[in-house]
Amino acid sequence: MSAWEPVIGLEIHVELDTETKMFCGCAVTKGEPPNTRTCPVCLAHPGALPVINERAVEYATRIALALNCTVQPRNVFHRKNYFYPDSPKAYQISQFDEPLAVNGIFHYWVGDERLSCRIHRVHMEEDAAKLVHAGGESGRIAGSEYSVVDFNRGGTPLVEIVGEPDIPSPAAAREFLMQLRNLVIELGVSECNMEEGQVRWDANISMRPVGATELGTRTELKNMNSFRFLQQALEAEMPRQIKILEAGGTIDQETLHFDPDTGTTTPLRSKEEAHDYRYFPEPDLVPWEVAPAWVTEVRAALPELPATRVERFVADYGLSRYDAFVLGSAGALARFYEEVAAQGVDAKLAANWTMGEYLAHLKAAGLEPSQGHLTPERLAALVRLVADGTVSSSAAKEVFRLTAEEGGEPAEVVEKHDLGQISDQGALEKVVAGVVADNPAQVEQYRGGKQQVLGFFVGQVMKATQGRADPKLVNELVRKALEA
Amino acid sequence: MGTLDPLRLTAREAKRLLVDGEVSAAELATVYLDQIEAVEDRVHAFILVTAENAARYAAKVDGEMQATRGALAGLPLAVKDNMVTEGVVTTCASRILAGYQPIYTATAVRKLWDDHVVMLGKTNMDEFAMGSSTENSCVGTTHDPWDLNTVPGGSSGGSAAAVAAGEALWALGSDTGGSIRQPAALCGVVGMKPTYGAVSRFGLVAFASSLDQIGPLTRSVYDCALLLKHIVGKDANDSTSVELPCEVELPTAERLDGLRFGVPGEYLSAGVEPGVRARFDETVARIEELGGRCTELSLPHTQYALPAYYIIAPAEASANLARFDGVRYGYRSAEADDLIEMYERTRGEGFGAEVKRRIMIGTYALSSGYYDAYYGQAQKVRTLVRRDFASAFAEVDLIVSPTSPTVAFPIGSRTADPLAMYMSDVCTIPVNLAGLPAISIPCGLSEGLPVGFQLIGPAFSENTMLRAAYALEGAIGFDTAPSFRDSSAGSDAGDVRAAAGKEAPA
Repeated sequence: MSAWEPVIGLEIHVELDTETKMFCGCAVTKGEPPNTRTCPVCLAHPGALPVINERAVEYATRIALALNCTVQPRNVFHRKNYFYPDSPKAYQISQFDEPLAVNGIFHYWVGDERLSCRIHRVHMEEDAAKLVHAGGESGRIAGSEYSVVDFNRGGTPLVEIVGEPDIPSPAAAREFLMQLRNLVIELGVSECNMEEGQVRWDANISMRPVGATELGTRTELKNMNSFRFLQQALEAEMPRQIKILEAGGTIDQETLHFDPDTGTTTPLRSKEEAHDYRYFPEPDLVPWEVAPAWVTEVRAALPELPATRVERFVADYGLSRYDAFVLGSAGALARFYEEVAAQGVDAKLAANWTMGEYLAHLKAAGLEPSQGHLTPERLAALVRLVADGTVSSSAAKEVFRLTAEEGGEPAEVVEKHDLGQISDQGALEKVVAGVVADNPAQVEQYRGGKQQVLGFFVGQVMKATQGRADPKLVNELVRKALEA
Repeated sequence: MGTLDPLRLTAREAKRLLVDGEVSAAELATVYLDQIEAVEDRVHAFILVTAENAARYAAKVDGEMQATRGALAGLPLAVKDNMVTEGVVTTCASRILAGYQPIYTATAVRKLWDDHVVMLGKTNMDEFAMGSSTENSCVGTTHDPWDLNTVPGGSSGGSAAAVAAGEALWALGSDTGGSIRQPAALCGVVGMKPTYGAVSRFGLVAFASSLDQIGPLTRSVYDCALLLKHIVGKDANDSTSVELPCEVELPTAERLDGLRFGVPGEYLSAGVEPGVRARFDETVARIEELGGRCTELSLPHTQYALPAYYIIAPAEASANLARFDGVRYGYRSAEADDLIEMYERTRGEGFGAEVKRRIMIGTYALSSGYYDAYYGQAQKVRTLVRRDFASAFAEVDLIVSPTSPTVAFPIGSRTADPLAMYMSDVCTIPVNLAGLPAISIPCGLSEGLPVGFQLIGPAFSENTMLRAAYALEGAIGFDTAPSFRDSSAGSDAGDVRAAAGKEAPA
């Protein structure tokens, strides 16, 4: 097994959140009744003509620039011809040999390792209509009785990002996609809603002997939209290819379907049936020149990108690269953390709380950063209570839980639920004395040289004080009592 | 009103009569609807006559719209059936669009509606504008009013014949390789293809997008200018449309002093009939009499224009016509068990032979491995043709040629030989490849059939071209009234001018 390594490439389609479609004035909407957002253009009625949505060009350019691509001075749309009911013109207006942008690079992190993937090109096109296969059980075309077409989605602006085969593992492919999605969301051009299929991708994978430079024959996994299934599918495809190669066989270049239930890949259609798309320049649209000044303008208006922000978090907040990555790679969480840190609390402590309790809470409650009772101000206040010793760290978790559930200021929660830290030496001495008196056997052990038993006594004291005792002081008092 | 002769009445005169209150819009509409009644069974210029709508609308123009009349209010118009008209069936003379009710209206037609023209109906054409004789129509051919046994030309044969036969005051056609100018020539009317982009193509059912252009078919050059003036302009719905650099002027010129005319030898060499050549030479002589200067020149790549056109136009058509798949509108074959069979049967049954031929040629020319040899090469030729014209226009203001090498030919005489049919457009096709404006005016008869004279100008030279055509028209003095003879019947088949109650021409 170890003699082979995978080479993975991804092509990603992103639906843009423009107000109107790529080539007509119909609204881009989600969940409207079928065929209510259509016009002669997106229904391909006779005589209708496309007109380029300039906002879509701007959004696509943002993506291209964020991926460090060169925006081409001249852009041309082509017709990609194929018959299918989801394609009302029977051609898709796409870009062919003169795409929007080329030669980019995307940096992403897998754990502590920074990887780079070259971006071959970024181009614009229009989405197909949605086919609904009815009367069957699976919703797939096989076994359905009839199909209907919803043209609402037809003509939605799409950006296609074509990556080079630079990805070294299924896990890296998953990271690449998650981080690319974060980037696109950050750019404000698409919400990248996975359930709505706003992001979809094709993956291709080939195997080669470790250290080889030549690429093997690849297979493709089409139209996926789950990060987990992508990784599983690639992981399933690797041994399948290796088995064939080690038996002296050759890989067929084909498209595969991944069945998550069986965890296996099976051929969908072979390249022999590949379409001849008969690309030719779209005569209904004139080629357009992209002014360098305009590109400069779009570039200047880009928000801070995740990769830059992660570096900044390391520099500005003294975070580890891993912490900076967790906090900095998605915009909403990054903004939340920065607002907490802006309250003047210890940045590392704030980072620990944001990455730990806060992220777990968001996930459990199904919330987005900044939603719910826990505002950045309240988390900062809590962090401050921990830092100045008002509450112990274990009591702070209780304060966090109560604030998240009930709202209110953390200080008030501490007051109301009597969760303040006990640092009163006299009071604690009494508790310690009680614990020592109740556990003579352990006292014997300690005095017999078993130092670890100290922890047992500290734990008992903390338990007796519902975790409110100052742990440092308890440590000290327990040792004193035992050695007395 | 008793003196209105639909075979000679111009829009210019009709407009004056309407404005002066000498005739009502309703009366004017009646003149044309009566003429349709009288001759349509012999000419067959229309696919659909919207008589009731026309009469009702004309009455409105006379009544409630009296105070708000647009510039062309009450002037009856025929529209080629490849321009979509909301609520009025539009078929492109194809079975595949049988009964198709458009959900919007073509910009050019919309503009004229906004000027309150009265639409008489939709005219016959070669299916999807593919043809030069109007014989490729699913509803049968149109007959040339000058000889009912001959074709009216095409593909805008219905519009040309309707104007020639007095069934419409004027008409809209479309020109991809000569489809306005050639039928205008064969029917003895004026036909013009504007500069590519001058008229919006939005709502024009696409044949070859980079070549298609809507234009007027009229009884006079002045009328041509008047109609053109009201259909030009940049359209937000058509990215290839442009604003003309200056407004269309209504021509008044009588002389051609100072204008330089070029006569390209290549257009006169092959296949030009002696009778056509004679009228052409006479017209060139007239140009000089009027003060114009004619010089011979060369457009060396002319011979490659036709083959290049028959790659580019079918290639674009193969994609443009792919949308007629039976899924959303139009004809769908009833007998299909699955999707592929539905596509194949629908298109197999819905399209006629010439359309299928061009779809196949175009599909082939765009196929992987053939693209460079065909489509790529044809685009290079197109550039060379454009350059030919550019260098010629460095020397002359206008280029002149016969519009068609022949006069109207007998129905059926070329249908078995597509190449012979394609040659009908040899003088008009280079103009479309170069995106230039050109006009055809009648310059006399050859064996009783009209001969067309073509003037070609540089892009956006519409005003110069119209001025020259106007002066020349005045000097030629062509009588636009056709004879309605039928050469197949051995003699003139009755004089319909009498049927319309008009005086016969001298």
